[in-house]
Amino acid sequence: MGSALIDGLFVFMMAGFIGFEVIKRISPLLHTPLMSITNALDAIAVVGAIVLVGRHESRPALILGILATIAATSNIVGGFLITDRMLRMFKSSRPTKS
Amino acid sequence: MTTFAGSQAFIGFIYLIASALFILALKWMNAPPTARRGILAGEIGMVLAIGGTLLQLGIDGKLEHIAISYGWIFVALGIGTAIGIPLGLVQMTAVPQRTALSHAFGAFCVTLVGTAEYYLGVQGPGIPAFKMSVLCCEVILGGLTVTGSLMAAGKLQEVLPQRPITFKGQNFFNLSLLAVAVVIAGYLVHNPAATHLYPVMVGIALLFGVMLVIPIGGADMPTVISLLNSYAGLSAAAMGFVLGNKLLIIAGALDGSSGFILSVIMSKAMNRSFTNVLFGAFGQVAAAAAGAQEARPVKSASPDEAAGILAAASKVVIVPGYGMAVAQAQHKVRELYDSLSKRGIDVRFAIHPVAGRMPGHMNVLLAEADVPYDRLMEMDDINGDFAQTDVSLIIGANDVTNPAAKTDQSSPIYGMPVLDVEKSHTVMVIKRSMNPGFAGIDNPLYYMDQTLMLFGDAKVFVSNIVKELSGGHA
Repeated sequence: MGSALIDGLFVFMMAGFIGFEVIKRISPLLHTPLMSITNALDAIAVVGAIVLVGRHESRPALILGILATIAATSNIVGGFLITDRMLRMFKSSRPTKS
Repeated sequence: MTTFAGSQAFIGFIYLIASALFILALKWMNAPPTARRGILAGEIGMVLAIGGTLLQLGIDGKLEHIAISYGWIFVALGIGTAIGIPLGLVQMTAVPQRTALSHAFGAFCVTLVGTAEYYLGVQGPGIPAFKMSVLCCEVILGGLTVTGSLMAAGKLQEVLPQRPITFKGQNFFNLSLLAVAVVIAGYLVHNPAATHLYPVMVGIALLFGVMLVIPIGGADMPTVISLLNSYAGLSAAAMGFVLGNKLLIIAGALDGSSGFILSVIMSKAMNRSFTNVLFGAFGQVAAAAAGAQEARPVKSASPDEAAGILAAASKVVIVPGYGMAVAQAQHKVRELYDSLSKRGIDVRFAIHPVAGRMPGHMNVLLAEADVPYDRLMEMDDINGDFAQTDVSLIIGANDVTNPAAKTDQSSPIYGMPVLDVEKSHTVMVIKRSMNPGFAGIDNPLYYMDQTLMLFGDAKVFVSNIVKELSGGHA
C-alpha cells in the first residue's frame, strides 16, 4: 500500500506540474472552451463508475454506479460537443490557408 | 478480482496512451488554429479508455453477471448521452450555468463512486487507513462541489436570488462546518466501521457547498466557477487514489491545476485574494455604497448623435460586459463592427478578464456573433492604446471601467486593474439608467467631461446606431 501511495503521489505531482505549464500558455481568448474541455476530460471518472457497475457486488452499489455512469457520460458528451461548437466559432479576420 | 496479468498490462497500456492524449489535448488548446485538434485527441483518449475498461470487464468479470452488467452499463451510457447532447447544445449565453451544472455532475459521479466504495469496503475486506483518508477527501470535495455548483448554476440561471446572502458569524459558521467534517473524516480513517458517521460527513460537505456559494454575488462568479472546477478535478484525482487508477489521477490533476490557474487569474483581475472572494467582502461593499450620493449632472446622447460621433472617428474600442450578454446584444454589436469597419474605421474590442460570468465569457459570445478573434484584445495589450483612441464604446460593463479603482482609496474596488477608457477622446456608455450596478459602486467615469451616456437597452440602442449609420451612408 505504501508504495502505491508514493507511486500515486509521483503521478499526481508530475501531472500537476505538466498541467500548470501547459495551461499557463493557453490564451485567455479560449478560457471558456478550456473549462468545458477539462470538464469533459475530468469525466474520465466514468471508468471508475463502469467498473463499479461491472463488479455487481451489491444492489445499492449497482444503482450508485449506474447513476454515476449517467452523470459522467453526460459530461463527456456535453463537454466535447459544446467545446467543439465554441471552437468552430472562433474565426480569424485574416484569410485561412485552407 | 483481476486474475489475468496480461489484461492488467493491456489496460495499463491503454490508459497510458489516453493520458498522453489528454495532455496533448490541453497543449493544443493553447491557440485557436490547433484547438479543434485538441478536442479530437481528447475524444480518442476517452473512447480508448472507456473501450479498454469495458473489454477488461469482459475478460475479468464473473461470468454469471457479465451480460447483466454490460446491459446496465450500456443503458447508463445511453441515458448519459441523451442528457449530454442537449447540454452540449445550449445557447452560448447560457454557457456559464451549463458549466456550473457540469461541475456538479462530475462531482456527483465522484461522490457516488466514493460512497459505494466505502460501503463495499466496510461490508467486505475493510478499508486501510490510507485508502480511507483519500476516500474522505474524495467525498468531502465531491459533496461540496455538487451543492456549490448547483447553487452557482441556480444563481446564474436566476432561479435563485443573485444577491449575496450574508449573516452575522457566517465565516465562523462555515469554517466550523468544515472543521467538523474534517474531524469526522479523521475519526473514520481510524474507525472505518463507524458507518453512522459517514452520512453525517457527506451531509456536512453538502451543506458546506451551499453555504460557500450563498454569500457570493454575480460579479464574483468567474472566480467561484474556476474554484469549483478545481475542486471537481481534485476530487476526481482523489478517486484515482482510492481506485489505484493513474489515468484518473492524471486527468484530475490536469483539471485541478486548470481550475486553480483560472481562479488565480480571476482573483488577480479583481485585486482580491482567494480567501477574500470566498469569505465575502461584500458586507463592506454595501456599507461603502450606502454613503451619500447626490445626483450629479451627466451628458446624454441619442442614437443619431452617437452614430455621428462614431462615423467621425478613426479608432474605436468597444468594451463589452455582462450587460451585453443579458441584453443578447452580441449580434447587433457585430453589425456595428461591420458597419464601422466598412467605413475604414479601426474597431477593436477590449476584454477585461472578469467581464461576464466566467473566464473567457465575452470572447465566446463575440466569436458566436462572428467577430474575428484577432480583434479581441486582452486588457494589458490594449490599455496603452486608449490615449490614441477616438471613441470608447462601453456596452453593459461597469466596474471594469471604473477609474475610482485607480484613484479612490475608499472605493471597494480600489486596486483592481481596470481598462483605461477615460484616456480616450470620447467615452460613450450604453446603460439602462443611472442606477449603480449590482455591486452598488458609483462610477465617476459617467460624470467626466468626455463621457456621453446612451440610455437604453443595449440591443435596441446598438441596432438604432447601426440604422443611423447605414441611413446616413445611403
